[in-house]
Order: sequence, then structure tokens, then C-alpha cells
Amino acid sequence: MQDRKPVYLMAPALGWLTVFMVIPCLLILALAFFRRGIYGGIEYSFTLENLALVFDPLYAGIFLKSAWIAGLSAAIAVIVGYAAAYAIAAAPARRQPMLLFFAVLPFWSNYLVRTYAWIVLLNREGLITGVARLLGYDAEMPRLLYSEGAVVIGLVYNYLPFVILACYAPLSRLNPEIAEASRDLGASGWKTFRRVILPMTVPGIATGFVFVFVLSIGNFVTPALLGGGQFQMIGNLVYAQFLTANDWPFGAALSMILIGIMMGLLTLQTFATERASGARREES
Amino acid sequence: MADRLMTTRALATVAIMAIGGAVQAKNLVVSNWDGYMAPDAIESYTAATGNGAELVLHATNEEIMGKLIASKGKGYDVVFVSSPFAEVLNNLGLAETLDHAKLPNIANLYPEAGALKHDPGNSFSVPYAWGTTGLCYRSDKIAETPDSWMDLLAPAADVTGKTTMLATDRWLLGAGFLAKGYSVNETDEAKVAEVRDLLIDAKKTLLAYDDTTFYAKLVSGEAVLVHAWDGWCNYGIAENGDIRYVIPKEGSDLWVDTMVIMKSSENKDAAYAFVNFILDPKNHGWAAENILYKVPNKPAMEGLSADFLDSFPNMKISPQELIGYEQLRDVGEAQRLYSRTVSEIKAAQ
Repeated sequence: MQDRKPVYLMAPALGWLTVFMVIPCLLILALAFFRRGIYGGIEYSFTLENLALVFDPLYAGIFLKSAWIAGLSAAIAVIVGYAAAYAIAAAPARRQPMLLFFAVLPFWSNYLVRTYAWIVLLNREGLITGVARLLGYDAEMPRLLYSEGAVVIGLVYNYLPFVILACYAPLSRLNPEIAEASRDLGASGWKTFRRVILPMTVPGIATGFVFVFVLSIGNFVTPALLGGGQFQMIGNLVYAQFLTANDWPFGAALSMILIGIMMGLLTLQTFATERASGARREES
Repeated sequence: MADRLMTTRALATVAIMAIGGAVQAKNLVVSNWDGYMAPDAIESYTAATGNGAELVLHATNEEIMGKLIASKGKGYDVVFVSSPFAEVLNNLGLAETLDHAKLPNIANLYPEAGALKHDPGNSFSVPYAWGTTGLCYRSDKIAETPDSWMDLLAPAADVTGKTTMLATDRWLLGAGFLAKGYSVNETDEAKVAEVRDLLIDAKKTLLAYDDTTFYAKLVSGEAVLVHAWDGWCNYGIAENGDIRYVIPKEGSDLWVDTMVIMKSSENKDAAYAFVNFILDPKNHGWAAENILYKVPNKPAMEGLSADFLDSFPNMKISPQELIGYEQLRDVGEAQRLYSRTVSEIKAAQ
């Protein structure tokens, strides 16, 4: 507040976001209120039909399904990622950069390649089946690929590094003396974790959860590849409206609701983080 | 139809095209799917005619249609689109009415190619490739040779869980329409609902919906019976001699990819020269030999070797047979019903 210079430093980023994000989003928003032309163009007459259609049980159901899959993936990613971040933060300081490096290593390869790798592993003639056969398992393998489970695996795998990084930040900043104090005062290890460490790292957990949820709910590649297209997530529906059905206004209406959900969640997450850090400030 | 040409082949083409496109004087703009003509087609055209040209790529019909509708065709001279979309371009007044005098090589086309329902007499579109949609299967891994759409939609026990279907609206519904004996352009709501229910039942027996890698699933043995375009089944046949293609007894659709000259083109003579260049049997034949699609060019098809035709028997489907199948047509407003129906099928448990 006292120093106004940082505002100028933010100008390029704000300008970039305005031109390439805010304006396109507003255009999408506007599109949602027009009609689809008979040949797929846009007819510029006002309608609320597209927005109403989003709440049709068919499409609302697809929203719920997507939210369920995104929520499940985010919850699993948080549990697995938090544990990993905890282990990294507890490792000797000189080894931590190397461990973090391994955690983000998958990002060096393309998202599609990583997703295809799961197809290679999970398909009926894939590596996992091959290994099971080698070990003497002869019966028909249960279906691993092209299922909801495969989609959740793919999403968790792809977004796990975000959670690790988000949780590592607050964990590494924890003053070890606080945990020691808790132990000295008689709390067990579990109690120390639950009552002291966990509450102080809630912002990291919230950030990680929201990241995975937001990235998952709009994802369309993973459900198409690992789900075998057998169920639709909202991202697939939006994709179809723009690229096959040529119904841009309905696609825009779906996107608008999706953006609304994401913004709502990000706002909640900001509040949670604020509250947690506010609480800490009061304590100190 | 060619939306989903093989990515591997495509990537190589992108690289070559990016370099090729950058160095030439650009006056003619051609939009095509990736890898759908010879990688050196533009250079050869320039060498043959002296006209500079640039290739731009579109991934789907819908993508190029979006651009053409928005710009009223400006910025493009020749576009490759599937026939229902060529029809729309004509309805919107964006397609050039063709002067056959400027296309001497159009004489190479089979007479059947001039009798297509979407454009009899080729007044606004020139067919580039055509084919059928049917069943592609592993003859060594399937007890009963399939001959009906119901073999896919209500599979035998040994095939259940080992089938895939095309996910794109028109072809997914097409399998159901044909199985029921309806038109592939059926828009009656009750009939569409009936097909939806049939396809929801079929979904329970599927391995996956797949538009792009179904032939690879056949090769690996993950799937044994798939819903496929004939040309794409050939990619599987190329890798495994036990793979066969059959048009079910209820029939197929006839898909046709076409070349359209834009009415707004400012390089019309060059555009005609380009279409005429492609109709040269040597250039048109490239697609048959390399993409394994049938082309409606008589001398080009006659130039294929007997060995090649024996390796890919569906290349021998005659123009007379092809023209007997119903073409996919633009269905206008009913597209919305189709999209919704496909969403219902995909959302069903």
C-alpha cells in the first residue's frame, strides 16, 4: 500500500490477461444469449434458451457427474500429494530440491503422451495384463481401461505435482520448533499432526484441491482417451458443441456456467487461505 | 470424414508444409485436412502452373465451416470439405458455380461421381475421395463372420466387450438407422428415439467409442470387431492380414469428401487450375495409394496394381455399388436433435 511502484510492474500481466482472457471470456458470455443459425452460424437475436437448456436434467446430470469425478480425483490427489509433500519437507534440506525435481519431472513430457502411457499400461493386452499373465494369472482380466476408474487414475496422475507443490510450500515453511513444543507439552505424534501441523497447512491443501478440481472438471482429453468416450464430462460436451454440433451459443452457455463454478471455488479457496493466515496472525 | 487422418503421418506433413508454405509467394490459399494430399502437392502445383500457393490445415469440417461462415469465404480459394458441408456452402451462396470448361480433367471422374445426390452434375463441388462405413474385424478371433449391423449392436458372447463404435454423431446414429432400416438422414423424433434406445443397449457391450485408433485396437487384439470407415480398416489390414472389412447386409452410408472453390476467391483461375491439377490421375491416385481411400478418378483407380487391390479388397468396391448407398446429407435444424441424442447415449449408464 505504501509503495505504489509494484502496480506498474503488474501492468504487463494485467494487460495480457485482459486482452487474452477477460475479453474472450466476455465474448463467450455474450454468445450464450444468441441463437444458433440453421447452418451453425450465429443468429443475433436475444434468447435465454441456451442457459435454460443447461439445467435440463440431461445436461445438469453431466455437470453432476463431472463434479463427482473431479471431486474424487481432487480428494485422492490431496491425500497422496500431501503425504508426498510431507515426506519431502521432512527429508534433509539438501535433498529436497532433488525430490521436488522428481515430483515435477512428468511435466517435462506432453500431457497426451502421459495419458497414452496409461493406455499402454491398462489396456486388455497391455503391460499390467502381461505381467499378470507372467505371474500365472490366466482368467479374464477385469476391465481396467475405458472406465471411470481409469479416468480418475489419469486425472490424479496428471495433476498430482500441483498438489505436491502446493502442500510443500506451507509444510517447508513450518517452524520445526512448533511441533517440538507440541510434543514437549505432551501431545502424541498424531495429535501434533492433527491439531498443529494440519491446520497450519490448510491453505496448501485448499489450493491443491481446488487446482485439481478446476483442472479436472473442465478436462476433456482424459475422459475421451481413458474413458473410451463412454461417459461425458462437461468438457467433452463443450468440445462437442463447438467442434461437432456447431452450436456455439449452447457451448458458450455451458462454458459460462463452468467458468462460474470455477470462479466460485477459487473465491472460496482465497477466503479459506485468508482466514487461515488471518488466524495465524492473531495467534502470533 | 478424413478429420482423423493418422497423426503420425500428419505430423511429418505439418513440418514439411510449414517450411514449404513459408518460402513461396502466396496467392492461392487451399484449406485441407492434414496429410490428405501429397506432401509435395503444393510445390508440384507451383512447378506445373507457375502459381504460388499456400496450404492451410483444418482438423474438422466444423472448424473450416466456422471460419468460412465468419469471413463469408474471404481468405480461402479452395477448400476440402465433406459433402454435407459443401451443400451448406452452396446453400449459403459461398460456393462457386463451376465452369467445367476450366476443369478439363473432370473428364477423368467416373460418371457416377457426377450423379451424387448432394450435387448432381458437380455444379459446385468436385468429389475427391469416397467410401463406405461398415464393420472391420479380426477373422482369426471371431467365431461367426459378421454380416449385419446387429452383429455389432447386439454382439455374440465371444465378441461382447471387444467392439468399438464411431463416436461422431452422424456415424454413431447411422449404425442404428441402418440396423433399423431407416434413412441415414432420418429426422423423425420417434425413430431417432428408437435408435437412441438401441444404441444405449449396444453401449453396454462396447469396449469403447473410438474414431481414431480403432484399427490399432484390432491389431493389438484388444478389440475384435469395430465400426469403421473402409479406408481406415485398410490401415489395420496393412498391419495384420487377418483383418477384414465387410459392408453389413443392411447397407452403408456413402461418404464423399469434396473440393469446393469459393465464390469470393480473387484467384479463380488459379483455383480452377489447382482443382484440375488434383484431378490429374497421377495426383489424384496419390490419395488411393497412400491414404488407402477410393478416389472417384477412373484412370487413377485403373492405375492401381492388382497386388495392391488384392491386399486391400475394399478398394475394389465399384462406383456402381457406392452410388447405391445413401449419402449423408445436411439435416439443418435436426443437427441439434442429433447432438442431444448422442449426449443422451453417452450419458446413459
